[in-house]
Amino acid sequence: MDIKREDLLQLYYYLKLTRRLEDRVTSLYHQGKILGGAWTSNGTEAVSVGYGCALERNDIAAPYFRDMGVFLIRGITAKRIMAQYFGKKTGVTGGKEGNVHIGDLNFGVFGFPSHLADNYPVGTGAALAFKIRGEKRVAVACTGDGGTSRGDFHEAMNFAAARKLPIVFICNNNQYAYSTPLRLQMAIKDISERARAYGMPSKIVDGNNVVAVYTAAKEAYDIARNGGGPTFIECKTMRMHGHSEHDSAKYVPRELLEEWKKKDPILNMEKYLLENNHAKKNDIDGIDSRVKNEIEEAETFAIESAYPESEDGMKGLYATPIVGE
Amino acid sequence: MKEITYLEAIKEALDEEMSRDASVFILGEDVGVYGGAFRVTEGFFDKYGEWRVLDTPLAESGFTGAAIGAALVGMRPVVEMQFADFISCAFDQLVNVAAKNHYRWGAATPIVVRAPYGGNIHGGAFHSQCIEGFFYNVPGLKIVAPATAYDAKGLLKAAIRDNDPVIYCEHKYLYRRIKDSIPEEDYVVPIGKARIALDGKDVSIITYGAMVHTALEAATVLKDNGVSCEILDLRTILPLDKKSILDTVKKTNKVIVLHEQTKTGGVGAEVSALISEHCFDYLDGPIIRVAAPDTPVPYSAQMEEAFIPQAKDVISAVEKLIRY
Ligand SMILES: Cc1ncc(C[n+]2csc(CCOP(=O)(O)OP(=O)(O)O)c2C)c(N)n1
Repeated sequence: MDIKREDLLQLYYYLKLTRRLEDRVTSLYHQGKILGGAWTSNGTEAVSVGYGCALERNDIAAPYFRDMGVFLIRGITAKRIMAQYFGKKTGVTGGKEGNVHIGDLNFGVFGFPSHLADNYPVGTGAALAFKIRGEKRVAVACTGDGGTSRGDFHEAMNFAAARKLPIVFICNNNQYAYSTPLRLQMAIKDISERARAYGMPSKIVDGNNVVAVYTAAKEAYDIARNGGGPTFIECKTMRMHGHSEHDSAKYVPRELLEEWKKKDPILNMEKYLLENNHAKKNDIDGIDSRVKNEIEEAETFAIESAYPESEDGMKGLYATPIVGE
Repeated sequence: MKEITYLEAIKEALDEEMSRDASVFILGEDVGVYGGAFRVTEGFFDKYGEWRVLDTPLAESGFTGAAIGAALVGMRPVVEMQFADFISCAFDQLVNVAAKNHYRWGAATPIVVRAPYGGNIHGGAFHSQCIEGFFYNVPGLKIVAPATAYDAKGLLKAAIRDNDPVIYCEHKYLYRRIKDSIPEEDYVVPIGKARIALDGKDVSIITYGAMVHTALEAATVLKDNGVSCEILDLRTILPLDKKSILDTVKKTNKVIVLHEQTKTGGVGAEVSALISEHCFDYLDGPIIRVAAPDTPVPYSAQMEEAFIPQAKDVISAVEKLIRY
């Protein structure tokens, strides 16, 4: 697949933006400046950036919590996300929710419910609506390797395949679910084998190669958009931080991390761009400083934003409030 | 006006809403060609096609989640649980996704989950349960439970037009047993409003669903004994119509709360607490709950009859209360 230079640079930009935003969140977390926990996608950014960039404007993403790239790509700004971490009124959920528990229908991205794999059926529902209405739109849903053990994963895959719905299922297989390694999560080697049980084509891609993820996703979206039904894409990668930033992840062998460190998705992409003459060093530097500014501005915005009022927590339960309540 | 059964009322509401609004569709097990386990959607498949009367795999969490996703992009799905009992498999999607979407991130989730519930049909522990209690502690959901054919139609229409997730508890025992005269023209019964099913002055019986009829039966007997009962049919049980509840208490000063759901932690507990918090001074006696005992629903006729509150149970509770 031929990818335009500007699209390649965009992939790089979002990789950097995701990394830098989450790195900053990590520091702020350790300084005790943000509320609640901090989960990052460190080392696996190419998954969300790849499948997110391959979407069309009208498509729907139903992500999970290591999909920061998707939220940014869809149009939720770093400012709003940073404010979210601080629990500010200007955050994506106005302080109602924390960290990556965000979503915004204005940008075609569903909220992430903590319960893993819940967004597999929910994403499937968007695809069902597109099919019923005859719209040429697709949905994409993502979860981690651990999430693929849940019934909702299987129920969604089965339903989508039986009805040939326009959805692509992504798995961020980063080898660990919190501390649980793959071998205790399942008896199979490749999660993609599960797709076969539902009569669904699948693909294994290098989850540290953003171009590979982007290409596989784009191809799968095309198939889905043209009535070919769902595809499952397993992105093999490695979670380089702990489950969340409080977790030192001692249970992961250091050698394994050393090995994966060499495959860093961002360095990978930078090298690819330079070696293939898609970018020069100063293009890369330009993107880096743009990203740096954006994150600094986001932090300033978040710090300067007001907190919500305590009464705000009592509002917005219903979309149709009961009259006379 | 025309006379139709409770089941026909549900069917008419679905049919009319589906013709009125192309975003309304039905999904669930065997709802298509077969027309649903209780034949509520009989004929719909031919009329609306396989994509609007959609047979799903046997996977309640999966298809409830899918209904939520479809609702998020502009559809108004009506999920049919084959029996309300199986809603437990969709608990997570309803509690953690549907109920919290609007509060958490401002996204409306207009889904209706039809739950054919309740006993008295010799269905045993897995086909007779009252499921409203499972969801009673979940802010963000609405739960309705019509007792009449009129309300069955009007509440279902209101539920479909509502922008929040609504669990619609339709009592299986009432399907073909009760009839009402209903208007020819379109109407809705607003969510959140109780109704006085019987006007009275001595005792209030607060109830909903099939128990409204049990209460009426008891009231007829009690009337002959000189006791005038007021029956408040809650219709919406989440959120409760507080005003109507407090009004009837202030009028009669004596309260029975009656439901088919098991007693502990049920709707009756909530109604009782509400009354003591807000109008304790109006009470002339204890609030008495008449409810099913805290066991699974038994199968055998004698046991099931003893399990489900009967008119005689209501009568003896009223007789006890009236002595205060
Ligand atoms: C259903 C459910 N159970 C437990 C949790 C708590 N939890 C949060 S993340 C996580 C591990 C997730 O592992 P995986 O799906 O592999 O995703 P990863 O973190 O590796 O990206 C657990 C157990 C949860 N969010 N959802």
